[in-house]
Amino acid sequence: MKIGVLALQGDFREHRISLEKLGADVSEVRLPEHLDGLSGLIIPGGESTAIGKLMVAYGLLEAIQAFGKTKAIWGTCAGAILLSKNTGSKQPLLELMDITVQRNAFGRQVDSFEIDLPVLFLNPSAPDYHLTFIRGPIITEVYGRAQPLLSLPDGRIIAAQQGKLLATSFHPELTGDLRFHRYFLELALSESVN
Amino acid sequence: MEQVGTGYAVKKGLAEMLKGGVIMDVVNAEQAKIAEDAGAVAVMALERVPADIRATGGIARMSDPELVLQIMEAVSIPVMAKCRIGHFVEAQILESLGVDFIDESEVLTPADEAYHINKHNFKVPFVCGCRNLGEALRRIGEGAAMMRTKGEPGTGDVVEAVRHARSVYGDIRHLQSLPEEEVMTFAKNNQAPYELCMQVRELGQLPVVNFAAGGIATPADAALMMQLGVDGIFVGSGIFKSGDPAKRAQAIVKATTHFREPGILAEVSRNLGEAMVGRSATQLPEEERMAGRGW
Repeated sequence: MKIGVLALQGDFREHRISLEKLGADVSEVRLPEHLDGLSGLIIPGGESTAIGKLMVAYGLLEAIQAFGKTKAIWGTCAGAILLSKNTGSKQPLLELMDITVQRNAFGRQVDSFEIDLPVLFLNPSAPDYHLTFIRGPIITEVYGRAQPLLSLPDGRIIAAQQGKLLATSFHPELTGDLRFHRYFLELALSESVN
Repeated sequence: MEQVGTGYAVKKGLAEMLKGGVIMDVVNAEQAKIAEDAGAVAVMALERVPADIRATGGIARMSDPELVLQIMEAVSIPVMAKCRIGHFVEAQILESLGVDFIDESEVLTPADEAYHINKHNFKVPFVCGCRNLGEALRRIGEGAAMMRTKGEPGTGDVVEAVRHARSVYGDIRHLQSLPEEEVMTFAKNNQAPYELCMQVRELGQLPVVNFAAGGIATPADAALMMQLGVDGIFVGSGIFKSGDPAKRAQAIVKATTHFREPGILAEVSRNLGEAMVGRSATQLPEEERMAGRGW
């Protein structure tokens, strides 16, 4: 199975390393033709405004929108922002998922944090998952076909899914824990409808 | 493997998010907006770009907090600011403002002739300049979460950035080739912490992100540095000292992403207007060189 990692800007190398550890065939996506033959795409952490502008510049916005109608896409942090329909500010978005996102929801870099949480949908009996939030967004609204997947103890939503589309506020690619990447590979193989 | 100090993973993590991007020097909110609109991943807030610091002379210090706050207010991307080498109180002030990154920078006049800031003491991450692997590892040992080449700021001459990048990556390749019993002497000769030398030898790369800085003025300069192996680009005077800053900024952003595509590099390099005038870094008199500052 071939999985692409959007490599316009951000921590795409860390996603690539995680996927390769799981045996996936990984390629970097910088131009629309790089999407050919892929079963799934990861949009990494980075700056959502910069990635969005680079998508627009070389026709990737429309190409990924078409790809996401049937294929699997996972966005981490900036990637989750780009998958959303609305952020409250003017910036290019893929608008693929029925979610509203608030950028920099926890504050500035000095408010970035790490937390250990059980991730029930992955495996209720597994050890807690180490979640890293870096100037991260929260998902303020989940509606339509999207479902909330994971929340902080205070109830704020930090992951959502819509068919084969997955959005997380945090960065599993930075921790070396491969459970989220395995979940995404299973999603890419599934028959779910976006 | 993990460095001591609270939240180091989160500090390093922000630098990871900036990779493949361009960080631009700006002196006011209006320039910060132009940078963000052009696709910058962060801005560096300062009162004068390095070319003007060179021209005016005198003591270069941390920017007025009011200016930093105005720039933080104007953009949604991370805002960095510079403090003087060793001036931990300027760093405390910048941290209290909520800046996202502090550059302990040789572009400003050093406040301490022997010691850098203990960067482990801060919650905000630091970036520092380096000319070689030993210098990079000393800064990382002090808690820096990101490195950049020093280059020769404010010249528009990329030669020093090239020299420093080649030196860092050459030193890493050399270190990787050494048998373990030679690493301690390598550490001694390079004035670098032994444990970090061992870590680099195993990783085959620095344990933190490394950008290019100091003299980058064109899309081709940015792509050159990326092909030499850096993770991203700082552009100081090169954008707002040029004829058409918005266009040049966008072109450098595109060149940093598509650094292996000569066709795209040719296209973005067309009709950019005048580049900054620049001056030859190798002909600068010794007392005007900034890269030698830092210990």
